[in-house]
Amino acid sequence: MKGMTLIVRTITDFVVAFIVVFGAYIVLYGHLTPGGGFAGGVIIACAFILLMLAHGKEAAFARLPEKAAHIFDSAGALAFLIIGWIGLSGGFFFLNVFGRGEQFRLLSSGMIFPLNIAIAFKVGASLFLVFAALAMFRRRSFRAMIEEELS
Amino acid sequence: MENIAPQLYTLLVFMVVGSVIAVETKNLLSAVISVSAVGFALSVAFLFMGAPDIAITQLVVEVLVLIILIRGTILIDNTSVESHRDTLAVVASLIFFGLLLGFGAMIFGSRGFPEFGEPLMRVSRVYVQTGLPATYAANIVTSVILDFRAYDTLGEATVLFTSVIGALALLRKDGKARGKEVAVA
Amino acid sequence: MTVYFLCAVLLTMGLYCLVAKKNIVKKIIGVVIMEYAVNLYLIIIGYKKGGLAPIIEKTTTPAMLERFVDPLPQALVLTSIVIGLGVLALMVSMVIRLYEKHGTFDMSQISKLRG
Repeated sequence: MKGMTLIVRTITDFVVAFIVVFGAYIVLYGHLTPGGGFAGGVIIACAFILLMLAHGKEAAFARLPEKAAHIFDSAGALAFLIIGWIGLSGGFFFLNVFGRGEQFRLLSSGMIFPLNIAIAFKVGASLFLVFAALAMFRRRSFRAMIEEELS
Repeated sequence: MENIAPQLYTLLVFMVVGSVIAVETKNLLSAVISVSAVGFALSVAFLFMGAPDIAITQLVVEVLVLIILIRGTILIDNTSVESHRDTLAVVASLIFFGLLLGFGAMIFGSRGFPEFGEPLMRVSRVYVQTGLPATYAANIVTSVILDFRAYDTLGEATVLFTSVIGALALLRKDGKARGKEVAVA
Repeated sequence: MTVYFLCAVLLTMGLYCLVAKKNIVKKIIGVVIMEYAVNLYLIIIGYKKGGLAPIIEKTTTPAMLERFVDPLPQALVLTSIVIGLGVLALMVSMVIRLYEKHGTFDMSQISKLRG
């Protein structure tokens, strides 16, 4: 998949870093301000999808290889499950056994903070992979497909 | 906001008109763009009703829906589909609408279903009162989905995982079986 | 009550588009409209008149805690929106495969059980 014009590529180079930082802010402060893991994960996936649309698939895969995206996806889901198992040590599944900290601080509220980060990794990597798979189908006309089948 | 009913009605009427356009137009690209307009109006409606988390999520998901749908519709050459009216489908939708209104009237009339603007909040009262002391999370919605009801979020992560794996398996390029068929034939 | 009526109209428009149109992409658009209607309904039944967003700050008094909107339907809708995106990706990938096999978007041609 090829990229776009020079203007789009230049603006993308400026803007992608800000989008990733904004997405990370929404994920990390998810327990204090609106947002959370889902919205932040989708925003980070949007940053990488913008990179793929502007520069082409190879440039996006140079930043985030496909294998790394698969590993982030599975690791996010596994981390969610493992944190739930850790809660079993207190007696119930998903019991909040981490330390609570103080209110209104960043590193507070026990289990919610790592769970937000795990969800963000999972959602972001999944959507990036789905878009990468959708992007590789090029425009083919019906006649070319028939000829390819018959030959 | 004290009385949001006029803004909410305006947004809802805009959404209904946008969906009528999306359903009836013949050009696929304009249908996709109308659906995206409906989605953006929905995000503003969520903001009016006091749900900022949901508004952010709906906005970014709407952008990705637009990209995926445009990618799916411009990859083709011929979009013309001959259309004759399908009376059974129209009658079925009208019957569905009638049943929906009938059940709605029955529920709203008889048992004291709460009015618009006064929710029952039997369980949520506990969540709101004990959200901050129990979990130290200032965002009550986050504490509901990740502490009080984290099991449901585990189910959601599983559903997302499964659907993405299904999509990736469908879009795999020229698997091994196809290569073998071409070589043998 | 008019709010619920308009929500029902939106749901019926989505259902009509899903059932009565022959183009596959129109059917997908119908499913998307139905998802919007269901999420809207869930948030509407949680709204409180003069309600505040359920976020506690340092200046929140217990009297303001009584005015919060219902946070439980918001938790349900949050996951529902992201699941809708995943299901849409699956549907579009199916449409791409169907187009490669049959060469058309017309559902009545595809469902004739050829081959």
